[in-house]
Amino acid sequence: MNTLFVRLSALVLAILLELAIAAQAQDPLDIKIGYLRRAQQQETISLVQMPPPDIGLAGAQMAVRDNNTTGRFLNQRYLLVDMHLKTGDDPAAAVRQLASQGVFLIVADLPADELLRAADAGKADRILFFNVASTDDRLRQKDCRGNIIHTAPSRAMLADGLAQYLVWKKWVRWFLVVGSHERDQLFAAALTRAATRFGAKIVQQREFKDTGGARRTDSGVAQIQQQMPVFTQEVPNYDVLVVADESEVFANNLPYRTWDPRPVAGSAGLVPTSWDASNDLWGGIQMQSRFTEQFKRLMTSLDMQAWTAGRMVGEAASRQNSADPKVLFEFLKGPQLALGAFKGQKLTVRDWDLQLRQPILLTDGRTIVSVSPQAGFLHQFSALDTLGYDRPETQCSLQ
Amino acid sequence: MSKQRPTLLAFAIAIGLGGPASAFTAYVSNEKGNTISVVDIDKMETVRTIKVGQRPRGIELTNDDNHCLVAVGDDDTVQVVDTKTGEVVANLPSGPDPELFTLSPDGRVLYVANENNNTVTIIDMERRAALGEVQVGVEPEGMGISPDGKVLVNTSETTNMAHFIDTRERKIIANVLVDSRPRFAVFKSDASELWVSSEIGGTVSIIDPVKHQVTKKISFAIPGLRSEAIQPVGINITKDGKTGFVALGPANRVAVIDGTTHEVKKYLLVGQRVWHMALTPDEKYLLTTNGLSNDVSVIDVASLKVVKSIQVGELPWGITITKR
Repeated sequence: MNTLFVRLSALVLAILLELAIAAQAQDPLDIKIGYLRRAQQQETISLVQMPPPDIGLAGAQMAVRDNNTTGRFLNQRYLLVDMHLKTGDDPAAAVRQLASQGVFLIVADLPADELLRAADAGKADRILFFNVASTDDRLRQKDCRGNIIHTAPSRAMLADGLAQYLVWKKWVRWFLVVGSHERDQLFAAALTRAATRFGAKIVQQREFKDTGGARRTDSGVAQIQQQMPVFTQEVPNYDVLVVADESEVFANNLPYRTWDPRPVAGSAGLVPTSWDASNDLWGGIQMQSRFTEQFKRLMTSLDMQAWTAGRMVGEAASRQNSADPKVLFEFLKGPQLALGAFKGQKLTVRDWDLQLRQPILLTDGRTIVSVSPQAGFLHQFSALDTLGYDRPETQCSLQ
Repeated sequence: MSKQRPTLLAFAIAIGLGGPASAFTAYVSNEKGNTISVVDIDKMETVRTIKVGQRPRGIELTNDDNHCLVAVGDDDTVQVVDTKTGEVVANLPSGPDPELFTLSPDGRVLYVANENNNTVTIIDMERRAALGEVQVGVEPEGMGISPDGKVLVNTSETTNMAHFIDTRERKIIANVLVDSRPRFAVFKSDASELWVSSEIGGTVSIIDPVKHQVTKKISFAIPGLRSEAIQPVGINITKDGKTGFVALGPANRVAVIDGTTHEVKKYLLVGQRVWHMALTPDEKYLLTTNGLSNDVSVIDVASLKVVKSIQVGELPWGITITKR
């Protein structure tokens, strides 16, 4: 009797097990990724730099498509949920709504304050965030969070990448021109820090006040052609004009219009960035072709930062065969991560502030002029840690 | 007298006078130069330069050595070059942006990786026509064929897998996850192992081709070099399976691997950004293409010493050597 019972139980168990395995073989593992963004209008001086409506989102869509190509072989299915915040919408409420749909991985294209609100709201549900848009250094410093990985480079990384090249070029006397908005001043602060770090000297700093008005009405050839030379007159001898104008008010009007014949770098001229549509280094051409084919436009840095976030999820989920944000997070911040992202080397995450280490491209918008870190800027652990806030400098305590 | 001969020979080799008359010829694709450099291995110098299409990379000779096949990615074709005349005699329908390809052991079928559309294209060499394609992962690149021609292995750079393809059915039979950006795949001549290099992951995976499992991962450590700079690409294994060579890219070195224990025995300093390699049929020499220093390093396989640098065209990438 007992033996029969044991045998029967074993039989039942075996059948159940088989059913479970069969079910497993049929149902793919679903990995849901949210894309949380705020409707933002950015006016630009250059008509060709106007942000397309799907900026960023397209990069995430591309990553999900790439992940699904891989997922076919692993029985994994990646889904993207786009959540577009309108004026007045609360990011915290959006996070809770995403969580109720089973989305625990969120790619966030939000300004710093809203990102922090979202991240704090997602803490209870153990949601993992990817900051793909905000370059604010405070998110990697005092305001860092233990549930935000940053694929966007910080302003400090961008400024350091530019400064290394200018110093390598021996253009060490800088004329710094700064816009009147807060983010312009934050970028100027990063540039000033970079100058001190790498041995450049700011011979003069001037502010360019935003007095309002349309970006392109003047077209550059009416009054601007007269204004810019006058604005840049009587500066002590300098090598390069470095400009901080994230608000797109005036920087692109500076090249070729300075009083002294000098190159321009920073927010115009030679620009530090994570990606540019002209980049075809390290297999980048494959990325550009795939992107252009799918979205019929060029790939921006925000698209790349969103793609990288989506690929990080794919990389972690394929290695760990899990959709659990905790499992994925442990993998991503650990030493096993070796992310391929068309940057010529593996990318990893800084464990002190969850910033993705990455080279910084320097572009004039037509070609890649150089890539930092520059040769000769050494570091005892990773040359990439010469860009941005290094471990000994961090004010971040993750929680 | 008979005892002296090898010493004299070794001496002759060491000073670059060449060994016995082998008359092997190497064909090197120059990615920027849009040329093939033809290297006389006896003379150890470039003797001819052949103009080909845009961005030549993958390069192989046909089994009879009469034609050299070269993937010219920016022209979306694989060109067939007559090795006697140096003329491009045909353009194969390779599909877009071909980079690496492999011939079936009987030379009748060509398998091409198309990086841009996630496919492997199959070409009939006699008719020079496409036979079909197989859907693989994102950015297919490395192509290895089993010695019996029954299994094709393709690696996909962004999917990070080695796809095992049944060449008769033209279907994927297994997928093996490897480290980031797998770029090259090669079987041992007895089919007992498949080696796959991962450029960004910095490793070589040894895969059991029957069980489709990674049995061992080789990693590399070079004093004074950061791990990011160690980027394995090309692999060559001697016919007896006892020695493997791995080109380490910007580490400017070739790793020598014990084929049995899979331990790294030695690192050989070659030119800058070493991509791919080829062994002479007698396995006396291993030639490496050095992408940034525009040269080919010649490694003496017996002594494991770099004996010569040969200047070739701009940004050399692939290399193949005649069988006779």
